[in-house]
Amino acid sequence: MTTSLVRRQALNTELGRLERMLEIRAVEESIQTLYNDGHVRGSTHLANGQEAVSVGIASVLRPTDVVTCTYRGHAAALALGVSPEGVLGEICGRVIGCSGGMGGSMHLMDASVGLMPTFAIVGAGLPVAAGVALAAKLKKNDSVALTIFGDGSTNIGAFHETLNMASIFKLPIIFVIENNLYGEYTRINLSTPISDLADRADSYAMRKEIVDGQDIDAVIKSISAAVDFARAGNGPSLIEAKTYRFSGHSRADPATYRTPGELDEWKKRDPLDIAAAKLIKQGDLTEKDLEELKSTIGVRVAKAIEVVLASEGPSLDSLLQHVSASRK
Amino acid sequence: MTVMRTRQAVIQALSDELESDPTVFLMGEDIGSGGPFKATEGLIEKFGEERVIDTPISEMAFLGAGVGAAAMGMRPVVEMMFIEFIGVALDQLTTQGAFYRYLSRGAYEVPLTIRAAAGAGLGFGCQHSQILDQWFRGNAGISLVIPSSPQSMYGLLRSAIRSNDPVVVLEHKALYGERGEVVTGEAGIIPIGKANVVSQGTDVTIVAIGSTVHTARAAMESQSEWSAEIIDLQTLIPWDKETVMKSVAKTGRLVVVEESSYSGGWGTEISSEVVSQLWGQLKAPPHRITSPDAPIPYAQELEKRYLPSPEYVVSQITALLKTGKCPAPWWEGFKS
Ligand SMILES: Cc1ncc(C[n+]2csc(CCOP(=O)(O)OP(=O)(O)O)c2C)c(N)n1
Ligand SMILES: [Mg+2]
Repeated sequence: MTTSLVRRQALNTELGRLERMLEIRAVEESIQTLYNDGHVRGSTHLANGQEAVSVGIASVLRPTDVVTCTYRGHAAALALGVSPEGVLGEICGRVIGCSGGMGGSMHLMDASVGLMPTFAIVGAGLPVAAGVALAAKLKKNDSVALTIFGDGSTNIGAFHETLNMASIFKLPIIFVIENNLYGEYTRINLSTPISDLADRADSYAMRKEIVDGQDIDAVIKSISAAVDFARAGNGPSLIEAKTYRFSGHSRADPATYRTPGELDEWKKRDPLDIAAAKLIKQGDLTEKDLEELKSTIGVRVAKAIEVVLASEGPSLDSLLQHVSASRK
Repeated sequence: MTVMRTRQAVIQALSDELESDPTVFLMGEDIGSGGPFKATEGLIEKFGEERVIDTPISEMAFLGAGVGAAAMGMRPVVEMMFIEFIGVALDQLTTQGAFYRYLSRGAYEVPLTIRAAAGAGLGFGCQHSQILDQWFRGNAGISLVIPSSPQSMYGLLRSAIRSNDPVVVLEHKALYGERGEVVTGEAGIIPIGKANVVSQGTDVTIVAIGSTVHTARAAMESQSEWSAEIIDLQTLIPWDKETVMKSVAKTGRLVVVEESSYSGGWGTEISSEVVSQLWGQLKAPPHRITSPDAPIPYAQELEKRYLPSPEYVVSQITALLKTGKCPAPWWEGFKS
């Protein structure tokens, strides 16, 4: 069993899921320092604030199901099982990165847990996920495909073409919109004439649901229903998770365009706090346990960074390998 | 003459055209905020939302809208942010806009400019680092320019906007921060299709464009064994045959330095034309220095190695001059 699979199994408990969300937060928060120290190049897109969506999805899917996800993919990769070393190693271009250091922050992958290389072209993951679902249908297995993308991506042709085709073909696929209210620096209302994006399913006679993306239990419930529906051969669903990114779009973005007070309002609904409060209320966790958990995770991520920084970059041969079947 | 960065030259050129021609307008994602490279910063404040139009993430729709508006006599400047994004919209340019003049027998013309950041070197990974000139070559009806300096950015962008056909302007993202002196106004405009001879030399003609102009210049300045006539093509479609032929007829040797992968690169066409026209006058076979046939890697050392470096250009040219034969590219030794 790969480490990623073991990590995936850890999501079977509520505590395991909280722990993973805390880990994602700690990883995302470590990236700025890594960048300041010159270890990160190009662009990074953080998902802090959106952890419940990724972890909720990962705890429902089987490792044999397949996920396509955007460049905002650190959280999904960690949730699905990729280790902090695998994600941070990739972001730092090291050979221990989950794509061997060849992809960078926007291109994470782990075939052992069904994560296809995350895509950096808006909309690109939707048609591919439809193909994954089509293959499951043709092979007559009960795997499903799930594709994660943002609110802004619902304005690209690939979204509409794929929803229509998936509906007509009754494909076992779940479309998940992470509606974080912004596409790059543009607020959703300036680019899209409706506010509930799930409504776009209506044009394609598709099952739809809107879910509170800050509440992991709500996410799990909604994803489970869609996955069951797809596995049973009933076709696709469009799920809109209402969420918020606590960071700017990418590293270069200080997010000065936010409406005043908006970030603070959303921080009151931090998915980590919501999940922890529930466990505390249930008597499964104390405030003290939570503090200990946070510090253990902090230490774990710090260790992962040490391992990453001690790791080498990919070898020159890897530049020429795997370009085509004849160049393995 | 003012000293400015290449990204400021973009802003200056756009601003000057917006000012002088009321049919010019800009369209693209987040251009109002300046975009990820701040290459349109301040324009929405100056010219308003009707002439600097932020779009949804819908490249096919707004590139095609550029074609249609251009056919109606406007001069749209459509920004693709990163050139890869045109992949989801390509039909609107390559088989619609590019062919309308032909299909309408001249009744419709498409004075459309497409700007996009392109090129490798900054660690953006394989889907945000390509130069992609190869997507447009061989497509009748389109021009393509790749500026190498603030001056050529200013001059070529203004020409692109004034052109009565679609022009693709590939703005090298690694050059946005470069500073240089810029002559603005009419005197600063550079015609499409005209190369710039960067240095006079006798042993070899180096043909380059965009980022490789800098590579070629650094290569030449780092050694004293040979002298090179460096030609900055500036325009790739249509390229300036006259200037290249004149130079190679003088030096007897052609070396092309390309940023993109080996197979199908633009240097193949230059080399073939030089052989066809100057057969018998060449002292060595034309030689192409390119990147390998592989996607662009993220890891810093590999991306550096992927692109032709000045040291690599020096070693290749020195070997060519010494042996009279084309040296093998560095990756030959790695083929399995
Ligand atoms: C085809 C294409 N167009 C534009 C971009 C540039 N871009 C990258 S992310 C992004 C915003 C996407 O917003 P959204 O879908 O809401 O996802 P989020 O980033 O908020 O997760 C844009 C415009 C791209 N990568 N691909
Ligand atoms: Mg968004």
